Amino acid sequence: MNNPTMTLSQMTLSQIDRSLKGSGIFFVSWACIWLLVGTLFALITSIKLQYPPFLSGYEWFTFGRVRAAHLNVVAYGWVNNALFAVGLWVMARLCKSPVRHKGMLYVAGSFWNLGLLLGVGGIFMGHNSAVEWLEMPTYVSPLLAVAYVLIGAWGVLAFWHRESDHVYVSQWYLLAAFFWFPWLYTIVQMLIFFTPMQGVMQSITHWWFAHNVLGLWMTPICVAIVYYILPKVLGKPIHSYYLSVVGFWSLALFYNWAGMHHLIGGPIPVWMISAGIVGSIMMFVPVIVTAINHHITAMGSLRDIWNSPSLRFIVFGAMNYTLSSAFGSLMALRSFNKITHFTHFTVGHAHHGAYGFVTMVLFGGIYFMLPRLLNREWPSAGLIRMHFWCCSSGIILMVVALSIGGWFQGLKMNNPNIPFLDIVRFTLPYLHARTLAGLLLLCGHVAFVVNVVWMLRGSYVRSETGPTLLSPVPNSGGL
Amino acid sequence: MPLLFLGIFFCLAFSWTGLILYPHMHMGNLKPVALEVDGMLYPLRPSGLAAQGEQVYIQMNCTTCHSQQVRPKGFGADFERGWGDRQSVPRDYIYNKQNMIGTNRTGPDLANIGDRVNAEWHHKHLYNPRSTSKGSIMPSFKFLYKLQKQGKAPSHEALKGFAPGDEPPEGYEVVPSHRAKILVEYLLSLKQNYELPEGKLSK
Repeated sequence: MNNPTMTLSQMTLSQIDRSLKGSGIFFVSWACIWLLVGTLFALITSIKLQYPPFLSGYEWFTFGRVRAAHLNVVAYGWVNNALFAVGLWVMARLCKSPVRHKGMLYVAGSFWNLGLLLGVGGIFMGHNSAVEWLEMPTYVSPLLAVAYVLIGAWGVLAFWHRESDHVYVSQWYLLAAFFWFPWLYTIVQMLIFFTPMQGVMQSITHWWFAHNVLGLWMTPICVAIVYYILPKVLGKPIHSYYLSVVGFWSLALFYNWAGMHHLIGGPIPVWMISAGIVGSIMMFVPVIVTAINHHITAMGSLRDIWNSPSLRFIVFGAMNYTLSSAFGSLMALRSFNKITHFTHFTVGHAHHGAYGFVTMVLFGGIYFMLPRLLNREWPSAGLIRMHFWCCSSGIILMVVALSIGGWFQGLKMNNPNIPFLDIVRFTLPYLHARTLAGLLLLCGHVAFVVNVVWMLRGSYVRSETGPTLLSPVPNSGGL
Repeated sequence: MPLLFLGIFFCLAFSWTGLILYPHMHMGNLKPVALEVDGMLYPLRPSGLAAQGEQVYIQMNCTTCHSQQVRPKGFGADFERGWGDRQSVPRDYIYNKQNMIGTNRTGPDLANIGDRVNAEWHHKHLYNPRSTSKGSIMPSFKFLYKLQKQGKAPSHEALKGFAPGDEPPEGYEVVPSHRAKILVEYLLSLKQNYELPEGKLSK
């Protein structure tokens, strides 16, 4: 790789890529395994809800546990492994210094995935808790906490030893997320499980945490990934650097408070709910600011975005960040929440954020990262296209179906003249649509994983030179 | 850069102080109150069996589809649906092992389910939800019940009134396991039908 035409900074980057190759493959492989497992659990959950006798004879496979297993596998297995891989890689690249303490990553990754295996097994065995997002049994939380701390520490150390003179906005988001999350996780484990607080204080702590998983962990890392890859692939700077700083601080300040909107109408002091609503509405500030930056940067380069595997996913994700956040803020309004709160609308919204935004950005991130780690191009553009179409249509179908179904479910629930079981029957077609959407997602995921496996094995190396694009580039001049 | 780090730290510490530390000091150690009606302390401490049954409720993750909270009058139709006569308040939950006020109502709210139906109904419903609630999509919990050979006389615990196809074979009967019994004890203990100073009935 000692190409004489390489600049010094290119050499540093390629050194960083080489150092992180092993751990990157490690995390991406686990992410792919959990992605398939989690999709399978999702489908079983979805089918059970429309046809309850399905696999109902076994205690370990009862609806509540498969559903919890699905959530934990996709959130902590797929999303977190992918976040570790791409997030840490972006951090290392932006810090432009040789990679230190590689061993930490393997230790953290092993603790993490071992903890998950035991934790998901524990859920099926009935050692679960009833705290959504934290259903894994308490005996695995020390393993997961150690992993979080190591990952966080690695990110912070990389930043500490940075050799770049400028700190790019992605680094702010990454640094914050790596610092916040180990703390959040440890605090919440202590206050809910190890020295539990009384009654509703648990629910307050629970939703403070659960909303922050998305807000202070997944969102900042994914926003950082968009901020890194979008201008890099397009070869132009982001629209306004100043705005990105406003976006960062407003997110850090307001997202923290938004979690209370999960308890609107609930048995907690009204001022806390109001604080949650204010936080949620104020989230319009970072969301609009980030939207301006992402979308205006993307505008004018739509053809390039459409042709680039990573950008097609990342821009789709960024668009859904804007949309799902706007809906999220609206859902925090009392008049809106009165209808949607206990319905499938919320489930649709959760998928809109965690899939439409986070997962799609991570797919894009992996499409960008793996060729650089492996020094090899993606084997099949067809599979990438299939992946995109299945996943984008699948998630749109799911969010639209659950939003419409959930909205009317909520309206009917607030009308006491409609018997409850009539409402259950009313939602069934929308639950069927969700299963169909899940099948589409599964097809997309299989296409993605096959492509990753081919790429890792190097068995289908494309003969052309240049990157795998999704449409032939006319007159590419040997590119 | 120390400023960046301090900012990141204080944003989290700020919300933690506001949403967790302060409310914990304010209402993290609520006590039951003696009511004039009967001089008893409310909320009532659940029986030992009911407290054990909470664990089964957790294990089956019922919270996924059932909330345990009554919203204020006029906010939704919780009162009109018969889910409660007053808004739930923090003191109602002081004996919970895990607080399960929930966020989803794929099934009905259970804050007062102990006031609405009896043990026999619960067992029939848990064994096959469709036998009591036509069109329900709740999973069956048949695995919490035992099929056993009938003795000289049928057991007083044996389930009666099966849905078509559920009847046990001739000479056999279906009885609840210990876990089914404590789960039902727990469900029967769920009631917020007392008046608290901060939670007056019909409000």
